[in-house]
Amino acid sequence: MEFQDYYAVMGVERNASQDDIKRSYRKLARKYHPDVSKEPDAEARFKTLGEAYAVLKDPEKRASYDELGANWKSGEDFHRPTDWAAGFEFSGDGRGDGVHAYSELFESLFGQRSGAPHSRSGFQTLGSDHHAKIQVELEDAYRGATRAISLRAPEIDDTGHVTTKDRTLNVRIPKGVRPGQRIRLAGQGSPGLGGGAAGDLYLEIEIQPHRLYTIDDRDVHLTLPLTPWEAVLGTTVKIPTPAGAVDLKIPPDTHNGRKLRLKGRGIPSRPAGDFFVTAELTLPPANTATDKDFYQKMQQDMNYDPRAHIEV
Amino acid sequence: MSTQPLSGTLLDEQVRLSLEELSQFCSAGNEWVVALVNEGILDPLGNSPGDWVFVGSCVSRAHAAQRLEHDLGINLAGVALVLELLDEVDTLRSRIRRHNLDR
Repeated sequence: MEFQDYYAVMGVERNASQDDIKRSYRKLARKYHPDVSKEPDAEARFKTLGEAYAVLKDPEKRASYDELGANWKSGEDFHRPTDWAAGFEFSGDGRGDGVHAYSELFESLFGQRSGAPHSRSGFQTLGSDHHAKIQVELEDAYRGATRAISLRAPEIDDTGHVTTKDRTLNVRIPKGVRPGQRIRLAGQGSPGLGGGAAGDLYLEIEIQPHRLYTIDDRDVHLTLPLTPWEAVLGTTVKIPTPAGAVDLKIPPDTHNGRKLRLKGRGIPSRPAGDFFVTAELTLPPANTATDKDFYQKMQQDMNYDPRAHIEV
Repeated sequence: MSTQPLSGTLLDEQVRLSLEELSQFCSAGNEWVVALVNEGILDPLGNSPGDWVFVGSCVSRAHAAQRLEHDLGINLAGVALVLELLDEVDTLRSRIRRHNLDR
C-alpha cells in the first residue's frame, strides 16, 4: 500500500494549527466537491481530502500519524510498524453516517471507520446507499441494454470489521435514458446490520461521446456536410441516426448552419427528444485544371458579391 | 453470467413520489424534505405536504442537497443558492456546446 502525505493533500505545513487545517479543508472541499467541481478527478481528490481531514482534525489520530509520518514519503510502499500506536485509543466522532471506502493506508492505521455501526444484539442499523456512475453507448439509450457492472464497496462483517468486496451486477438499462439520470436499485446498497434493511444503489447514467453525434439532454445533433449544389438545388440524402438510416430532404436554398429537425427521433424518453441536422456547406477543392476552369467560368458568369453589405 | 438482469427504477419525470417516499429515499425525516421545499430547492405538485407529488429527478436533487449540506457545512439557504448557480452554469455550458455546434 502507498503512503499518503495527508499534510500535502491538505496543502498545509506539518505545524499547521487545527484552525488552519479546518480552513484549508473547507476551501479544498468547496473546490473538489463532486457536485460542484467539473475537474475530472474531483471525486477521487474529494475522497482523499476527506480521509486526510478525518485524521488531521482529530488530535489523537493526528499525533499518531505524525509519529510515523516523518519517516515516510508520499507514494512509498508502506507497512505499518508493529508497535505503532500501541498507546493510543481512538474515539469515534459519533456521526455514524455510514461506511466510506477509505484507503488501505487509513484502514491499516485506524482500523474500521470511526462511527461505523457496531453489531450488537438487539441493535439494528440500516445499510447505507451507494452511488456509482455507469457509462452506456448512445445506441443503448435508444434501444435499451443489459450491462454488467463491477462495483467495489466496503462492507461491515458481523464482527464489525470493514472489508472491501467486489461484486458484479447485471443491470438492465431501460430504453430512453438520458445523461445525468439515475436508476435506483432498491436493496442493492450495503446490507443492514442486525436485520436492518439494506441500502439502495443509485446508478448515474453517462453516455459515451459519439464519433458522429452530440447529445443535449434528450436531443441528438448531427453535423451534415453538403456540397454547394446540394444546398442550393435541394436534394435527398441518406443520413445515419442512432435508430438507423433515414432519407432526409434538403430543401433548396439551404444556407450554412441551417438546422433541420426530425421530430421525435432523439433519445426515446417520455416524451422523446428530437434529432437535429445542421447543414455544413463545404467548399469543393479545385485540384485539376478542369475544376479550376469551372471556378473561372463561375467567376465570369455568376453575378455574386458576398460583400455587397460592406461599404468600403 | 446466467443470472436474471436486475431492473431498477429510472427516476425520470414519469416517476411520482410522495413526501414519505422521497424522505425514505434520502434516509431523512419528512421535516427535512419539507425544509427543502420551503427553501425552494424542490418544487412538488400539490398544495399541502399531504398531497405533494415529487417527480423522479427530485431524488438526485435532494441527494445533492444532502451532500452539500453535510460535506461543506452550509445551511439550506446556501444549498439552494449553490444549486441554482450550478443550474445556471449547466445552462451556460450547454449553450456554449450548442454554439460550438452551430459555429
